[in-house]
Amino acid sequence: MEAIPDNAITRRRRNELRCALAVLVVLAILPLPISDVYTQNLIILTLFYAGLSQAWNILGGTCGQISLGHAFYFGVGAYTSTMLFTHLGIPPTLGMFAGGAMGGLMALLIGWPCFRLSGHYYVIATFVVGEIGSLLFLNWDWIGGASGLYIPFHGESWINLQFRTAKLPWHYLFLTFAAATWLVAWLIDGSRWGFAWRAVRDDVVAARSLGVSVFRSKMAAAVISGFFTGLGGALYGQFVGYIDPDSMMTGSLSVLISLPAVLGGVGTLWGPVVGAAILIPVRELSSTFLGGSGRGVDLMLYGAMIVLVALARPQGLVSLLALVRGGRNARTA
Amino acid sequence: MPALLEIDHLSKAFGGVAANVDISFDVEQGEILGLLGPNGAGKTSLFNSISGEVTPDEGEIRLDGRRISGLGPVACAEAGIARTFQVVRSFDSMTVLENVMVGAFSRHPGTHAAMRAATDVLTFCNLLERADRPAHALSPPEKRRLEVARALAIEPRIILLDEMLTGLTPTEAQEGVALVRKVQARGITILMVEHVMEVVLPLVSRAVVLDLGKVLTIGTPEEIVHDPEVIRAYLGEKYAPAA
Repeated sequence: MEAIPDNAITRRRRNELRCALAVLVVLAILPLPISDVYTQNLIILTLFYAGLSQAWNILGGTCGQISLGHAFYFGVGAYTSTMLFTHLGIPPTLGMFAGGAMGGLMALLIGWPCFRLSGHYYVIATFVVGEIGSLLFLNWDWIGGASGLYIPFHGESWINLQFRTAKLPWHYLFLTFAAATWLVAWLIDGSRWGFAWRAVRDDVVAARSLGVSVFRSKMAAAVISGFFTGLGGALYGQFVGYIDPDSMMTGSLSVLISLPAVLGGVGTLWGPVVGAAILIPVRELSSTFLGGSGRGVDLMLYGAMIVLVALARPQGLVSLLALVRGGRNARTA
Repeated sequence: MPALLEIDHLSKAFGGVAANVDISFDVEQGEILGLLGPNGAGKTSLFNSISGEVTPDEGEIRLDGRRISGLGPVACAEAGIARTFQVVRSFDSMTVLENVMVGAFSRHPGTHAAMRAATDVLTFCNLLERADRPAHALSPPEKRRLEVARALAIEPRIILLDEMLTGLTPTEAQEGVALVRKVQARGITILMVEHVMEVVLPLVSRAVVLDLGKVLTIGTPEEIVHDPEVIRAYLGEKYAPAA
């Protein structure tokens, strides 16, 4: 085993890992003193979207292929796990991996034709394919059609991922999900794949000239992204206990999956986490305080935030940290 | 034994415009071959065929006797053909070292091995002190050197340099020339496009002159400068010596 080179890249990666461990410890302790169910739910959803948006970011950020069809992989994951549970009695602890695999498979099948397009045309294609998928599920009676599926309650259990009132298990489950997606993104970032995918995002022609297979890179990124999105869908299905195409597969969910990463910083490790920590509380608080009369106001708030970030700091909020650090380094230098 | 790179009766047209017409020449192992010609002579188009970016309509290109034309840029890179671009390209979200690592991964799949290989290449190209700068923050001559470094990182047999000395000040061009000689000393064959004759002729062992998509002449620098056809193509009818 040769020594690990000591340079800016390995130092940066070590710091990222240390930082992630610290955040993980804080988030593991955080729910213990909290007894208010509303706050507990808020944190759980924030963790969930941090993980989900990180999964999106693997394809949309690292590889630069902006997808607006991720709700389809999400829904397919939820339906797969639920159908396995209700029809075959397979526990969701296993079913969620089947859901992830189906999400990855769908990403593969959709990527095959769609990656022949690039730029805006690719974005439009993913959106359209996602909507078509949602319509198919809406009219597919075997899986409940428009009325959806209730997930039968079999008593509190970790194996079936069912908890009637306890919030702590959900907190740790979604914390694990967010941490796992972060770790996968971190591992990719330092590997041959991560370099190839970022090269594809930055300059396709130069990437090809260096032996990077563009199509294969995009497909690999799509499958990994689809897998974790499908797995997230299966977990979310267990959390809410009821799934239907309108809540699991709509285009607005696809947008919501991508927003934390866009707000926090596309293609950055911390972007989805920071973005979710701002976006999800804002969404929940605005719908609570404005109630039924404020429908759509939360969407206007997102819109305003995204427009602000796009105008003032297109690299996302995380880049502000780099700015602060850069300023400090410049002063000490 | 065949030459390292053989261009064999290659033709390529874009929408009815013939960019290359029946081009044939060889590049010998270890030499620096210049590819000259006025603007629009078909130099970059020929480069795109050799690097696999486009497929020739007729004829073929062989590396070490093996056909590579039509296999695409990824296969050409794997076979050992590297290139730089006339309009500089870089991965702007990455640092200089990371840019070079993208190429190094093609021979060294492990991250640390790729890092070491890329560091060696940066040292070779005099860019090591810029390793951790973002690629977009480099000066234009540094960007040219980054292009060469990235191409060298795939450990090529032959490197295609597309006008890497154009647009540089005389001092910067001298540094570029020194780098080209260093690359040759490494045993890497070089095919370089340049339209500034006085820069490229002292450097090359032979040169191919293209005009209007065809090979005008092939020869040593001495032969090229005295060739009436070349003078006519570059300077016009008026300056051609009376035959």
